[in-house]
Amino acid sequence: MPLLDVRNLSTSFHLRSGIVRAAQNISLTLEKGETLGIVGESGSGKSVTCYSILQLIPQPPGRIESGEVLFEGRDLLKLSESEMRSIRGKRISMIFQDPMTSLNPYLRISTQLIEAIRVHDNMDEDAALKKAITALEEVGIPDAASRVRSYPHEFSGGMRQRVMIAMALVNDPDLLIADEPTTALDVTVQAQVLDIIKERQRRLGTAVILVTHDLGVVAGTCDKVQVMYAGQVVESGTTDQVFYNPQHAYTRSLQKAIPSLQAKNEALYTIAGTPPDLSKPVLGCAFYPRCPFPKVKDQDGPAPELTELSGGHCVRDCGYCDRTKPIETVLAQDVVAEETP
Amino acid sequence: MSRTADIVSATEERLSAPLAVEEFEKGSSLWDDAWHRLKRNRLAMISLFLFIAIVLFCVVGPLLSPYDGEQQDLLKGAQGPSGEHWFGTDTLGRDLMVRTMEGGRISLLVGMVATFVALMIGVVYGATAGYLGGKVDAVMMRIVDTLYALPFTIFVILLMVAFGRSLWLIFVAIGAVEWLSMARIVRAGVIGLKKQEFVEAAVSLGYSHTRIILRHLIPNVLGPVIVIATLTVPAVMLLEAFLSFLGLGVQPPNASWGVLINEGQQNMEIFPWLLMFPAFFFALTLFSLNFLGDGLRDALDPKSAKD
Amino acid sequence: MSSAQTDLREDFLVLDNVTQHFDLGRHLFSRKSKGVVKAVDGISLTIKQGEILGIVGESGCGKTTLSRTIMQLLRPTSGQIFLEGKELSALSDADIRAERINFQMIFQDPYASLNPRLTVFTTLSEAIGRRHPDLRGEDLRARVIELMRTVGLNPAQMNRYPHEFSGGQRQRVAIARALAPEPKLVIADEPVSALDVSIQSQILNLLKRLSSEMGLTMIFVSHDLSVVRYIADRIAVMYRGQIIEMGTAEAIVDDPRHIYTQALMSAIPQPDPKLERERERILLEDEPPGARKAEDDLEVAELEEVVPGHFVSTRSFDRRVKVAADA
Repeated sequence: MPLLDVRNLSTSFHLRSGIVRAAQNISLTLEKGETLGIVGESGSGKSVTCYSILQLIPQPPGRIESGEVLFEGRDLLKLSESEMRSIRGKRISMIFQDPMTSLNPYLRISTQLIEAIRVHDNMDEDAALKKAITALEEVGIPDAASRVRSYPHEFSGGMRQRVMIAMALVNDPDLLIADEPTTALDVTVQAQVLDIIKERQRRLGTAVILVTHDLGVVAGTCDKVQVMYAGQVVESGTTDQVFYNPQHAYTRSLQKAIPSLQAKNEALYTIAGTPPDLSKPVLGCAFYPRCPFPKVKDQDGPAPELTELSGGHCVRDCGYCDRTKPIETVLAQDVVAEETP
Repeated sequence: MSRTADIVSATEERLSAPLAVEEFEKGSSLWDDAWHRLKRNRLAMISLFLFIAIVLFCVVGPLLSPYDGEQQDLLKGAQGPSGEHWFGTDTLGRDLMVRTMEGGRISLLVGMVATFVALMIGVVYGATAGYLGGKVDAVMMRIVDTLYALPFTIFVILLMVAFGRSLWLIFVAIGAVEWLSMARIVRAGVIGLKKQEFVEAAVSLGYSHTRIILRHLIPNVLGPVIVIATLTVPAVMLLEAFLSFLGLGVQPPNASWGVLINEGQQNMEIFPWLLMFPAFFFALTLFSLNFLGDGLRDALDPKSAKD
Repeated sequence: MSSAQTDLREDFLVLDNVTQHFDLGRHLFSRKSKGVVKAVDGISLTIKQGEILGIVGESGCGKTTLSRTIMQLLRPTSGQIFLEGKELSALSDADIRAERINFQMIFQDPYASLNPRLTVFTTLSEAIGRRHPDLRGEDLRARVIELMRTVGLNPAQMNRYPHEFSGGQRQRVAIARALAPEPKLVIADEPVSALDVSIQSQILNLLKRLSSEMGLTMIFVSHDLSVVRYIADRIAVMYRGQIIEMGTAEAIVDDPRHIYTQALMSAIPQPDPKLERERERILLEDEPPGARKAEDDLEVAELEEVVPGHFVSTRSFDRRVKVAADA
């Protein structure tokens, strides 16, 4: 039995302007000790998926429409709020993107860590403090015993993100969900933070879901990848499958658009257009209007299904585009005005 | 030709086609958006219409009434509401409906003019202090603090004693006190905005201080200022009523709602309508302005709204 | 590099020993100084006409302060800045205001850098008016349309407000505004770090095209070496207010000499799983707390020319380093 097995999870937001289908039919599995990367642009539904797993979606306007989130075989969506609370922060914890706003600025780090421990464990204050200091030492905060008394603003951005990680890991969760944990950080600090997560994983076998838009981070950290676009998974597989044999046009475009892979004197490859408006129904392949190698002029057929190609490598293949064609850089593309959201 | 190339050429075609004036899209400013949000707020809209109705009632009403607010008819003194005098008459036989309307004119005028005075001084003063910062700001705000510390009632009494009682003096006196909080709010807003990059961009374009304050800072702090102004109008009307109650406000034969309520409460037990009608309109105005202010706050700052 | 005055006036932009210090004030009772933060500490560099200089460094290294100092949004504590031979650092505030049309800035956050109450037309026409105060009516409109086309915006949207555009489009408006007064120098401070990857490349392409078509001189400030590598002709790496290494983009990326530059390079994750598994990394210890106070004064960086055009700081490096084959 996998540690986490999400089946056909759909989440939407019911706004005055219409229903936004933020995540549709998401399925994923995660074994103990594995790292899954979820990649996509902002608005692709990658964060919504994570928030749905922990049921942190504000309801209303959000609504989990259907699906199952099986954690060790138990469906989290069927649990009561109090049962859910005993899982959050204890069995599954989450790291958020912004270390500046995720800590309470008015409370000492020690207070916040001790609270996180004592909510789930019946232990006295001193023991909890000791545990908090150990947790800070583990994430590489020097002089943890005295710095535990500091307030969040006394730490630098990187240190604060470490405190966040310490807080997320203090109860030895089985699953860690990290939503863009390094986006706000410098590359040097990013490397340190990813090392801490990897080290922890090696030692305790924690499973990790890493949400990011940076393919570089995925390449070095994840065992499996899911690429999301417009609320759907368009491709999934092992990291090697997705990086060395990308099949979906979006995955290939995304890979092509990384600046560090491009020669200096050529124009950078850009993906034309903007993602579709999720409050309107999307016909056929959601990426089609931006597809660099379409075969037909228009497509409005049924949405393509996610199908397995080989050994766990799945792609949402619409059959309207030529997957074998190489992507060519279109020079004049930066002239194309993006459509308004 | 590939599809992307199609898009490129199509876009370039569209971009290079000569544009007639009619083709320009009309943008929707943040003010337009706020107005749309306000229109959806039922309570605020009812309040807005109610307030407009009260203003019209007070301004137009006396012109249509057969009675004159100063015309006394002692034979018909202190009569209850009737077909002839809908609101009844006061102890001197003056038509209470016209008195209420004329009192409303004065009260609303005091409320709005004093708020306007406060708005003008407060916005310019606060924006200047906040924008210039440093020592200038420190001195300007200490002046505000000092004025805050002055007991308002004594201040007004002093003014009245020194310059005599006049309606304009009330405007000045109240405006001179109300601008203080306005200035503080604007200053806080400007200090927050000053760090925003669009202000730095304006500085790097070499715009003058006046232009930056007037075009780039003030329009962006106007949202909360409008809300405060809407809530200041009823506060000022209450102040005026309070002054009139003390006998420091509007002098007879002129009346404001404050004066009428004062007269009414003296005869409250015998002729209750003398208190009821002016008090009712006064309360209605205060309610509608407060609800309108709340609605404006939600409309102008959608993040603070509940949904 | 600091030689006779005549030399300083030859290049397009010259910075000579520029410093920017922030006084932290005094303690309330003891009146002892809380110290001085040396955000920019003795920077000298020259930029040629039409060149793109990339400035790279971690947050807090002083790169943003340096760009604001060049922009004269902050006046330098000491040192001189020359633009086409004119000493900006010596001008009065009023003269600086008149001079500003020659150097413009593109800011990081396209959501904060546009006045939300003004339409694109107003924003741009106001900026055009700085250079051409007499332009009115149809001529002004034509200039706005031309400018919007240059940056890839649809002129039919000129009456829209900033919130009606996406992040990438807003950054295009901000670029158009910077170009409106026809500046000679543009400083772009992290212009793409707030944008999605696919939008990033659109903006980078645009900036590169503009600089080659209009002969703009540009300073491109970023924390992301992989982006700077693509756009810049030369790169200066900043660390704690000083330049630690400077050279052509190729030299810095392919042959970094300073251990700090090497560490920065090695920390960039490669979007290739096999390379990632083998990547050798240079890890830096964190800075000692409070390191940037004046108490532990740093020697001013001497730059040594190791290869023609490639300068490396001789200053001793104060962070501990360890090399890891694989994490």
